[in-house]
Amino acid sequence: MNNKYEVVIGLEVHSQIKTETKVFCNCSTDFHSQPNTNICPVCTGQPGVLPVLNKKAVELLVKTAIALDCNINKKSVFARKQYFYPDLPKNYQISQYELPFAEHGNLNISVDDQIKNIGITRIHLEEDAGKLLHDIGARQLDCSLADYNRTGIPLMEIVSEPDMRSPQEAAAYLTALKNLIEYIETSDCNMEEGKFRCDANISIRPVGQKEFGTKAELKNMNTISGVEEALTYEVQRQIEVVENGGKIIQETRTWDPDEKITKSMRSKENAHDYRYFPDPDLVPVNLDDNFINDIKANIPELPEKRKQRLIQEYGLTEYDANVIISDKALVNYYETAVNSASKETENTAKPIANWLTTELLGKLNNAKLTIKESPVKAEYLGQLVALISKDTISGKIAKIVFEEMFNTNKDPQTIIKEKGLVQISDENEIIKICQEAIDESPKIVAEYKGGKERAVVAIVGLVMKKSRGKANPQMVNKILIDLLKK
Amino acid sequence: MNEIIKMSATTLAEKIKNKDLTSVEVTQAFINRAKEVDPKIKAYISITEEYALKQAKESDKKIASGKEIGQLEGVPIAIKDNILIENIKMTASSKILENYVAPYDATVIEKLKSSGAVFIGKTNLDEFAMGSSTENSAFFTTRNPWNTEHIPGGSSGGSASAVSAMTAPLALGTDTGGSIRQPASCCGIVGVKPTYGRVSRFGAVAFASSLDQIGPMSKTVEDSALLLNVIAGYDKKDSTSIDVAVPNYLDTIKQDIKGLKIGLPKEYFIDGLDSDVKKSINEAIEIYKKLGAEIIEISLPHTDYAVAIYYIICCSEASANLARYDGVRYGFRAECDNLLDEYQKSRGQGFGPEVKRRIMLGTYALSAGYYDAYYGKAQKVRTLIKQDFENAFKTVDLILTPSSPTPAFKIGEKSSDPLQMYLSDIFTISCNLAAIPGMSIPCGFSQKGIPIGMQLLAKNFDEQTMFKSAYSYQQSTNWHKQFPNI
Amino acid sequence: MEISKKDVDYVASLARLEFSEKDKESLTQQLDSILDYIEKIKEVDTSKIAPTSHGATGQNVWREDTVVKSSQSTIDALFKNAPDKEGDFFKVKKVMDTEE
Repeated sequence: MNNKYEVVIGLEVHSQIKTETKVFCNCSTDFHSQPNTNICPVCTGQPGVLPVLNKKAVELLVKTAIALDCNINKKSVFARKQYFYPDLPKNYQISQYELPFAEHGNLNISVDDQIKNIGITRIHLEEDAGKLLHDIGARQLDCSLADYNRTGIPLMEIVSEPDMRSPQEAAAYLTALKNLIEYIETSDCNMEEGKFRCDANISIRPVGQKEFGTKAELKNMNTISGVEEALTYEVQRQIEVVENGGKIIQETRTWDPDEKITKSMRSKENAHDYRYFPDPDLVPVNLDDNFINDIKANIPELPEKRKQRLIQEYGLTEYDANVIISDKALVNYYETAVNSASKETENTAKPIANWLTTELLGKLNNAKLTIKESPVKAEYLGQLVALISKDTISGKIAKIVFEEMFNTNKDPQTIIKEKGLVQISDENEIIKICQEAIDESPKIVAEYKGGKERAVVAIVGLVMKKSRGKANPQMVNKILIDLLKK
Repeated sequence: MNEIIKMSATTLAEKIKNKDLTSVEVTQAFINRAKEVDPKIKAYISITEEYALKQAKESDKKIASGKEIGQLEGVPIAIKDNILIENIKMTASSKILENYVAPYDATVIEKLKSSGAVFIGKTNLDEFAMGSSTENSAFFTTRNPWNTEHIPGGSSGGSASAVSAMTAPLALGTDTGGSIRQPASCCGIVGVKPTYGRVSRFGAVAFASSLDQIGPMSKTVEDSALLLNVIAGYDKKDSTSIDVAVPNYLDTIKQDIKGLKIGLPKEYFIDGLDSDVKKSINEAIEIYKKLGAEIIEISLPHTDYAVAIYYIICCSEASANLARYDGVRYGFRAECDNLLDEYQKSRGQGFGPEVKRRIMLGTYALSAGYYDAYYGKAQKVRTLIKQDFENAFKTVDLILTPSSPTPAFKIGEKSSDPLQMYLSDIFTISCNLAAIPGMSIPCGFSQKGIPIGMQLLAKNFDEQTMFKSAYSYQQSTNWHKQFPNI
Repeated sequence: MEISKKDVDYVASLARLEFSEKDKESLTQQLDSILDYIEKIKEVDTSKIAPTSHGATGQNVWREDTVVKSSQSTIDALFKNAPDKEGDFFKVKKVMDTEE
């Protein structure tokens, strides 16, 4: 990246609030319903209908706002944002303009091991629009088909300060924000289902300049890596424009994930005259201390705090702790595994972290699976590590067992039983195998006795081969030496 | 003339309950009357004969079987055609909704259904309730039964005309700036605009959400009180309806008004006041004195600004409320090649001139750069108007004014000058801005024989004082016992 | 304040309303005279006055998060009013990305 310019990025995230019903009517928010089945006179904007606020949507938004360290405005007002679009039945969106629910928060992100604080400007509540289909499968339609199932689903719009200075920081912010929201379970954040969407404002300015440059608004980025790619492209584009003596124009650009470029969306002059005014159909919301405190009391352990606990309680390294808390499902998996192992034996927390971050995540990654889709249940991973710790199996055997667990979803005990992989720790049996090995290797025994101590490794190998890897390695070592010294 | 149609709703309810009359007999009498005289006055957009007779039969069955019956069991009522009755056409007197069939019941309709009322027809109005004469109906102009060359007032002109012409004993209207009281005054009947929030707005086509209220229209004060008993109350579907217990308005209606303090706002007794109106109001004041009321001159200093801010507020809100009529999900669609043209032509052809004028005014007032000067300013002046009334009600119990500066004017007289038309609402609109209850009752006739109405205004949720004052007056006069010769 | 024909064009496009040229002219005049009348509100001192944006004075009106499914007959009624439909969808003219 060109170091003559500084990049300035602010993000607007729309996150679908996890409620059963829409924000202003009692229709279901279910994503998988048939088109136009979760609709009613209210969300299809029939004449005479009126909105009634879903209290849960307010509670979950406030929960998010508290987790992001925002000030909660005691008085909040809904406003109508007016524009014509066929996915917006009333041709105005109920949103907030002056007096949103929350303002002035912040979120820590970490990029290249540096912690940076990103400001949150505001969080407001608004209703989602419907969906327009332009094609059915491969068939392009000459019309648009409207599905109003999504119309009126509650969204929290989280607007950041223009505090990010690189596409990587933007990606880190989105990852941290998504992670935080998943921790407190106020949204599913499922990007594929459009439940966590991001628009970006981006500009460049010569290093040292205080004023912001002219910004472009980027839309249509459907993954966090897509956001990073689009921003990286856009930075380059803006630099080229300026370097070639051009001027950046304020416009909305759409990311084309196939061509990997941003394209200008021709916007009409008046496209942004939204004519906001307070919605007279919805009375103001006045959140008292009790309301806010009740929510505060129910906020679960947030990522930062949980990381500190993992380090203290389990002795994890900062690095491992960071990896594990980066996803709530992952840290939940980890703690489930640890709990299950601790029922059997002690000191498993660290080896479980290793198994999780190296073996399991590697395998999941290759198979393109998430931790939630892991074929190895958390309890089973815990049991596996406990079995190693109790010397029931060796580390080497454990890898074979793990492979089998991943492929068959079975628990480690079953696999060990089925495959006869239990470690041989019976002293007499090991003595028997060791003696056989010694008897079969007179040459090596002679070398050993001649002072070449390393020669014992070859005999150990033979013992392991004879026992098909099941002999307890420590016992083999000890017994072999005892026998050889006789 | 059939005696049934001269009876009050209270009397009819009593006679039906006591089986002196059947609902079918009563309903048929009003339908016959409507068939006879409505072609001359055109109060109805549709007479729902089949629907009404079916309901009437059910009521009769219920009464015959001794089941519990409602307060309006078997009594016919006409409904302004901007209120939704499930499965019945609802046009709002607009071409854009000409073929719209209501998919649900308004809350007032649900309440009326459970009270046993019989829906006799849908009445004409100024398109989307915007107007003072019904001349803005997309279909036809309703006539004043007292003189068919004159307007019936508006926007609830159809309901007023229907009751006045005895084609229905009761009607529902909606009142945003006088749309119940002014036509009631024009047609010589009683019309009540309840306190904002007293009656649910759910299912009444929104014009200006912060001002609209549904209210009763009838020949007698008692009938309006009875009808308000049925339709009033908190509705969880309307966030702006207010959870205040509904008294039985009939319980207190007969109380005397000795010592009641009645205020006469000096700003309402201006030079432009028609001399016949002035004479009738002065006579009414004398009657109140005889009834023992104390008459006090008061001031409502911001009255002169009411029309100006009313038009800013109602048009701004309407511009958003009417955005949904776009031909996408329902209503008139002008087929075009592209979406933008389709929007503009559907709305351009679907709405009449007055509706478009108000949408334009409201859109302008909310557009970028004008909000503070118009909408913002109007909201503040609205606060001052509210305060005027709060101050006045510190010294008086009731305020008395003319309902309109002139008796009903001739059809066509003001239709070319929108501003003059707006100024005819001058006495009724402050009541909506202040959210207080108001009503119009007949208090005389002009020399040409056109009815004159008097307006009573009361404190928030003090409809009881208003009703008993109106009742006392009506008991002392005979205006309500006169019938137009149609 | 004066409203020009250019303002009327702009507002008409915001409000998605089509007018004939003749109508635009008379509309411009009418709006101008109404706005001229409205001018008088400027003389009111509202510097210390809070706005009234709602008819009611209530606050915190909300409901519980419980699903109520529309009956099939309600959904059918919604579709019956549709000017055009295809399968389970409301059908409209093709939306261009650029229109908003």
